[in-house]
Amino acid sequence: MSMTTASGQLDSAATQASQPGGAAGFGRLMAAEWTKLRSVRSTVWTLLLFVIITIGLTALLSWLTVSNWTGPRAAPRDARVAADPIGFIFGAGIGLGQLTICVLGVLLITTEYSTGVIRASLLAVPKRYPMLAAKLVVFGLLMLVLAELVAFGSFFAGSAILHSRVAVSLSGPGVLRATLGAGFYLTVLGILAVAVGAIVRHTAAGISIVIGIVLVLPILAGLLPSSWGAHINAYLPQQAGSLIYAVHQSSGQLLTAWEGFGVFCIWTVLLLAVAAYLLNRRDA
Amino acid sequence: MIEVTDLSKRFGDKVAVDHLSFTVQPGRVTGFLGPNGAGKSTTMRLILGLDHPSGGSATINGRKYAELASPLRTVGALLEAKSVHSGRSARNHLLFLAQTQGLPPSRADEMLDMVGLRDVARKRAGGFSLGMGQRLGVAAALLGDPQVLLLDEPVNGLDPEGVLWIRNLMKYLASQGKTVLVSSHLMNEMAVTADHLVVIGRGKLIVSAATEDVIARGSGQTVRVRTPEPGRLTDLIVTEGGKAIPAENGNGGAAAPDGQAPVLTVTGLAAPRIGELAASASIVLHELTPQLATLEDAFLELTSESLEFGHASAQPAGQSIEENVR
Ligand SMILES: Nc1ncnc2c1ncn2[C@@H]1O[C@H](COP(=O)(O)OP(=O)(O)OP(=O)(O)O)[C@@H](O)[C@H]1O
Ligand SMILES: [Mg+2]
Repeated sequence: MSMTTASGQLDSAATQASQPGGAAGFGRLMAAEWTKLRSVRSTVWTLLLFVIITIGLTALLSWLTVSNWTGPRAAPRDARVAADPIGFIFGAGIGLGQLTICVLGVLLITTEYSTGVIRASLLAVPKRYPMLAAKLVVFGLLMLVLAELVAFGSFFAGSAILHSRVAVSLSGPGVLRATLGAGFYLTVLGILAVAVGAIVRHTAAGISIVIGIVLVLPILAGLLPSSWGAHINAYLPQQAGSLIYAVHQSSGQLLTAWEGFGVFCIWTVLLLAVAAYLLNRRDA
Repeated sequence: MIEVTDLSKRFGDKVAVDHLSFTVQPGRVTGFLGPNGAGKSTTMRLILGLDHPSGGSATINGRKYAELASPLRTVGALLEAKSVHSGRSARNHLLFLAQTQGLPPSRADEMLDMVGLRDVARKRAGGFSLGMGQRLGVAAALLGDPQVLLLDEPVNGLDPEGVLWIRNLMKYLASQGKTVLVSSHLMNEMAVTADHLVVIGRGKLIVSAATEDVIARGSGQTVRVRTPEPGRLTDLIVTEGGKAIPAENGNGGAAAPDGQAPVLTVTGLAAPRIGELAASASIVLHELTPQLATLEDAFLELTSESLEFGHASAQPAGQSIEENVR
């Protein structure tokens, strides 16, 4: 065990890397967060699954629909698909894919706590806001790339398969916005899941809460008396956020696509603020 | 140098660290001792900025941990609790830490070589044995070639070879002028490793002094005596102003289970005087061994007031010394 060489060699390394400036310092944190993200195999697999399952499911359902077009009792469904092909394409695939993102976002931070690596992370980066920010930027950028890949992949797979029955093109009204928007929605949902994970610091609880926000809250709000239930419903994170990838306005819709997405982003920022505050205040 | 000033930490009603002040000087190994739950780990976490103090402060080379620009280049820490992602390889763990400090990736490989983990560098850390995990922790602590080291029970669960490795490592680092604070449960380990001791109990400072001084402050020299006539010898010793405590089974001189003569632990009289007393009364001695005061004795004496769970104080002093020395 030669400690002498180990110390000696670092001297050159130490002089080479001086004090981190603001941007350079943040670049280091991002490089580290990228290493953390890519070096856990389960994260990489989950991301791959997200891409494959979402596009795959969209393609499969489109194919099933087309091959049973005008089949027995298919008329109402055919009419629905013909009336809102984008709603159909981004329906089931994204509906399932978003659950993967919920899980992944939560895990990104709760596994730091469950494995204890949060302590190593905070020893290396004791300023907690920059650490969280670097994590969010790296995850957000990766999510944006993958989610747009998924959104456009789903669109092209779905529209190509539906082509013989329904013509959809990116140049149709609102279609490009909806497709880009599907990627935005999934990205922001991932960040929201990170925020919830950081708040509860516990995997099972975090996943339950995020899935609850996405799937259960809208159902609960649907049980409210219709007069104000509709208002509450419109401003729920998932309900508001999903408007960005819809082309057809439903009757009585309270928010436009971008307003809805704005509301979704506000929810996410609020949760992030709580997460950052708690991360800074709590013992690690 | 580490300076802890009037540091306090409460967890709800529980006071884990209670107005604690001490300094850790460079160039020597400082042992951090205290019974279970004394607050050693909490103090270290407070110094490292992982926990927020309820009062007081701790600085490293004059600065709070959170104010250090590239903290791993100043401070290396091995914590009690695991701090490695079980799904990440040893190399990637060190790599991301190196990146946060602006260290080259080759530094991660150097450290893996140094702690002997090269062959498993790309294996998941979750599959590591206790000793391998501890070596990875040491590699992470030394990654930035820090001036200050905090090691929380580094020899926990290590085999004798690992214990020796850590011991030599700490001594080497101190000899390089580094500040080394190491907590341990193994008192005799500290006696051979630490130059200075900080002893705490129930979150309060009990003593901070050179290791020899702490030992000297402990109970005086004791003598182990084995005789078939413990009753008569005890009477003689007591009349001479000494004290004799039956050490083996605590019921005043019954034969030891293995058929040997019972053992007395004598304090207040030196071995030659006990021998003379026994000879003058024609008492046969099977053993007469002066026992150096050990760190255990000193430690038990120092902390007996403040034992978190109060178990050792329920035993006769001699017996607990015996048990700990063994
Ligand atoms: N996060 C926490 N929440 C509540 N109580 C805590 C917490 N951490 C520590 N404690 C309590 O604070 C006291 C000091 O704990 P600490 O772990 O610092 O002791 P220690 O000296 O390291 O003990 P050991 O020798 O067993 O490692 C204990 O009574 C412990 O139960
Ligand atoms: Mg401890």
